[in-house]
Amino acid sequence: MKALAWHGKHDVRIDNVPDPEIVNPRDAIIKVTSTAICGSDLHLYDGYIPTMQAGDILGHEFMGEVVEVGSRSTLKKGQRVVVPFTIACGECFHCGKHQYSACPNGLPADNQDIARELYGTEMSGLFGYSHMTGGYAGGQAEYVRVPFSDVGPIVIPDGVEDDKVLFLSDILPTGWQAAEYAQIEPGDTVAVWGCGPVGLFAVQSAFLMGAERVIAIDHYPHRLELAKRFGAETLNFKESATYEALMEMTGGIGPDAVIDAVGLEAHGLFVDNVVDQVKASLFLGTDRPHSIRQAIIACRKGGRVSMPAVYGGFVDKFPLGAFMEKGLTLKTGQTHVQHYLPGLLNAIMEGKIETEFLISHRMPLNDAPKGYKMFHDEQNETTKIVLKPGMVAA
Amino acid sequence: MADLANPQSDDAPLDTSKRSAAPADAAGRLPEGQGDSFANATVTIGKPVAEVFAHFRDFANLPGFMENVVRIDVLDRQRSHWVVKAPGGGTVEWDARVTDEAENAFIAWTSEEGADVPNSGRVDFRDAGQRGTVVSATILYDPPAGIVGKIVAKMFQREPKIQARRDLTRFKQLLETGEIATPAMNPKQFEEMGL
Repeated sequence: MKALAWHGKHDVRIDNVPDPEIVNPRDAIIKVTSTAICGSDLHLYDGYIPTMQAGDILGHEFMGEVVEVGSRSTLKKGQRVVVPFTIACGECFHCGKHQYSACPNGLPADNQDIARELYGTEMSGLFGYSHMTGGYAGGQAEYVRVPFSDVGPIVIPDGVEDDKVLFLSDILPTGWQAAEYAQIEPGDTVAVWGCGPVGLFAVQSAFLMGAERVIAIDHYPHRLELAKRFGAETLNFKESATYEALMEMTGGIGPDAVIDAVGLEAHGLFVDNVVDQVKASLFLGTDRPHSIRQAIIACRKGGRVSMPAVYGGFVDKFPLGAFMEKGLTLKTGQTHVQHYLPGLLNAIMEGKIETEFLISHRMPLNDAPKGYKMFHDEQNETTKIVLKPGMVAA
Repeated sequence: MADLANPQSDDAPLDTSKRSAAPADAAGRLPEGQGDSFANATVTIGKPVAEVFAHFRDFANLPGFMENVVRIDVLDRQRSHWVVKAPGGGTVEWDARVTDEAENAFIAWTSEEGADVPNSGRVDFRDAGQRGTVVSATILYDPPAGIVGKIVAKMFQREPKIQARRDLTRFKQLLETGEIATPAMNPKQFEEMGL
């Protein structure tokens, strides 16, 4: 089959590799029909994530058709499914609490050591995101092996287009969980740092959960326009002073809840020097304050901080004093995708959540290397690239 | 500074002890304990203690989750013959004997005379109610010098504690999910990668 493989910094290629096969009884093989490039894939592309190996197949946002099932899979051939990026067993202590991204049973034992050193514990396995998260081949391919297929994938009704439901795999539940973790109360003003896909879904989710106002913060005009279209007020931090603006926009009180959807955006694990490199070179230029610091300083007393943004190591100058004195609550974590799928599929079907607006480009899998470069170089216009393995090149 | 040679005064597991006498204490807790280095690993498995104990007590099951164990021949209820991977594709072997056990509670063993790698240990099983069973493995061994030392290093990979932890992790995965997590793309690759 054809698959998008990592070969080094800024070097991804379409390789010919053997088709995946059923290995474990609960596996299924999915023929991929749509797969997106995630912002966190760019960190692999930029070479910031350790434990990558040449030939690793990328991609953790994907969906497709079931073509083969193991003896204990509950899926049927021909079904269309969206696959969560987190690999969770559904049977352990954490899955029992719906803490799917904490499942220890999808991460191979030999791949658990680094997370144990860094975090004191292992996390769930992930598709296509280095060997620290399991070394699983990802979904930017014609076919993919999906473990625990009886638990993770959600079956999509016939007639519903891929583009409408693809983002159930990661960014929609991540944005939704972010808003849920903000514990929004009626009348609240919620400030969202970062209008990437997760931030934009957090904006929509916050309104659905009863927020009266949402203030969206970014510096890409096009992304702020998208936030505006869902009713958010916008704040371009290149044009206006963020803290001062937020205080005035909230009557001197500060937002009731703040959501940091900037961070490192990565799903993987970082070592500290890597974090610093990313900070310095990619997201957090010298004129740009760290989003989580700013969010904590701006949040009203007794307010809530939600942090879907991924941080991998240690953070300098965390305003612990402000956090304590103001009595804030912080909720964070990788997304428990499986927990949200049924409800969010319904919300899409009922037209409560828009998804397709995000897609700026659709291209055949063969063009994936071009897609990575475009996504990397043109962040304002390129909001989301969806790869279609079955699509014929234009 | 506290005298770390004094008897243990807290409830922490022995392998976390900073006292120099800890390995001797660990050996003292084993019937026929041998070995002056030891490692410990603990895991909680979400299954009833009877099921967890029974799976482990059938030693023929152990190669199914212990990475470097090629084969275990069960000779009788107490004795078994172990074949373990060594560097260069070879193997090391020993006979092991159960020295004491209590159903659904613990199993202790020691290697017999002439073992390539003398070792002893015990595995404890504790009912943890809703959370299942806490399994704790203690392994004592003599890290020999020279070629055999290398074999031991290989057998336990980086260090015995990590190897024991990895093996118990696979044991947990197998009992909780019915399978062992692997990124392999096909059965052949799974076999080549080992557990």
